[in-house]
Amino acid sequence: MNAPLGRRGFLAGASMLFLGACSKVADSSVGQSLFNSAEKWHQKIHRSLADRNALAREYDKSDISPFFRGNGSLTVGTPEYEAAIENQFADWRLEVRGLVSNPMSLSMDDIRALPQRTQITRHDCVEGWSAIGEWTGPQLSSILEAAGVQENGQFVVFRCADNLNGQDYYESVDMVDANHPQTIVAHMLNGEALPVINGAPLRVRIERQLGYKHAKYLTAIEVVDTLEDIAGGEGGYWEDRAGYQWYAGI
Amino acid sequence: MGRPAKRHGLITRLWHWINLITVVVLFMSGLTISNAHRLLYWGHWGFSREHAWLEVPRFPGWMTLPTEYSLAVARDWHILMAWPFAVGLLVMWIYMLIGGHFWRDLRTSFKEWRPKAIWADIVQHLKLNFDHGAAKFNFLQKLTYGLVLGVLLPGMVLSGMAISPGFEPAAPWLVDMFGGRQSARSIHFIFAWGIFAFFVVHIVLVLLAGPIHQLRDMITGGQFDPEAAEQAKKGEAS
Repeated sequence: MNAPLGRRGFLAGASMLFLGACSKVADSSVGQSLFNSAEKWHQKIHRSLADRNALAREYDKSDISPFFRGNGSLTVGTPEYEAAIENQFADWRLEVRGLVSNPMSLSMDDIRALPQRTQITRHDCVEGWSAIGEWTGPQLSSILEAAGVQENGQFVVFRCADNLNGQDYYESVDMVDANHPQTIVAHMLNGEALPVINGAPLRVRIERQLGYKHAKYLTAIEVVDTLEDIAGGEGGYWEDRAGYQWYAGI
Repeated sequence: MGRPAKRHGLITRLWHWINLITVVVLFMSGLTISNAHRLLYWGHWGFSREHAWLEVPRFPGWMTLPTEYSLAVARDWHILMAWPFAVGLLVMWIYMLIGGHFWRDLRTSFKEWRPKAIWADIVQHLKLNFDHGAAKFNFLQKLTYGLVLGVLLPGMVLSGMAISPGFEPAAPWLVDMFGGRQSARSIHFIFAWGIFAFFVVHIVLVLLAGPIHQLRDMITGGQFDPEAAEQAKKGEAS
C-alpha cells in the first residue's frame, strides 16, 4: 500500500459516507419538500426583486453567436414531419385550446399576420452553456388574449411534436411568464425561418428561464387549471423524467 | 464582569459549522453541475470547445453529489443550500461589523503591509510557530480570512446570482460586473476552487496547531486569554 492511495482511499471513504447520508435526506419526504420550498423561494424573490414584466437582457446584433446550438431533440424524425419540412411547414397548425373561450387553430400565415416582436436574447441551457440569437414571433399574450383565457386558467402548457425516449415533449409556465412581453411564439431565428435543430417551425421563448422551458416543434397551446393530470404531473418532460425544477429561473 | 469572554463568539461558531455543511454540499453538487458541461468561457455566451478557455476534467462519483450523475438532484442541493450559505454569510458580516470582530481582529493596519513585516510573518509560519502574541490573528491569517470572507464567499453568492436567468432582470449590472454570464460562471468555478484551497490549508494548519484544542474551542467557544487581551489593549494605545 503506498501512502497516496491510502489517503485517497480514506478521503473517498469519508466522502461516500457523507454522500450516502445526503442521498438518504434527498430521498426522504422532508428532503423533497425542502427542495421544493427552496425552489419556490427563489422564484418568489426573483419576482419580488424585479417587476413581473421586467425584461431579460436584450443584446445588439453584433453580440449574436455565430451559430445557435441545438440540444435535446434535434428533429422530430417522423415521416409526417419530414413531409412538413419538404412543404416548408405550409400546413403546420398551432392549436389553442383548453380553458379558453375561443379555441383556435392557427396557420403559419395566421401567426405571421399577428403583431410581431423581435428580440436578441441569450439562451441559457441547464447544462451551463449560453448562445445569443435573434427571435421573431407574436407575443403569447396576444394569442391568449384572442383566445380569451377563462378565469380558472392557471397554467399554459406547450404541446410538442417531438418524442424523446418514448414520451411526448411538453412544458408549462404560469400566467405571469405566459403573459410576459418577451414570451413569444418564435418562427424566425436570426431573420430566417426557424431551423429544424432549433424547433422548426415554432418554438416558445421563455426568456427568464432555462432552455428546457423553451419548448420546440410546437403543435398546441393549452390553458389548464392544474398540471397534475398531464403526463407525469410535474409540468414538463424533464421535470417528469429526471426531476428537473419546474421553475427554471435559477 | 461575569464570565470570561470566549475565544470564539457564539454566532461565529454557529456560522462556522453551518457554513462548513453548506460549502461542502455546494462544492460537491457543484462538481456534478460542472460535469454537465465541462467547458468554461469568457463573455456573455459560449457553447463549444472552440470558444472555451478551459476544459475541466470529469469529476469522479466519490467527489460529486449525488454519486451517480444527476444534474437535477445536484441542482436541488445547490438551490437549497444556496439559502443558508448566502443568508448565513450576510448574518456573519452584520455580526462582524456591529459586534466588532471585524474591526478588532480582521482589519489590517498599514504597518502590517510592509514587506519586511509580511516576510517575518511568512518565516514564522514556515517555522510552524503559531504564537501570535497578543493579537488574535497574525497578518497572514487576517489576509486569508479577509480574502475568504470578503472576496471568495460573497463572490460565490454574487457570481451564482449572475448565472441565474430569473435573477438577471432585477440586477443586470451584476452580470456586467463579471463581464457577462459565462464570465460569471467561470469566476464561480475559480472561486469554488479558491475556497477548496483555503479549506485544505485551513485543515492542515488546524492539524499542526493542535486539532483537539482547536476543534473543542470552535464548538464550546474556548476561553479568551485575559492577559493577552490586556496586552492587546496596551499595544493599541501605544
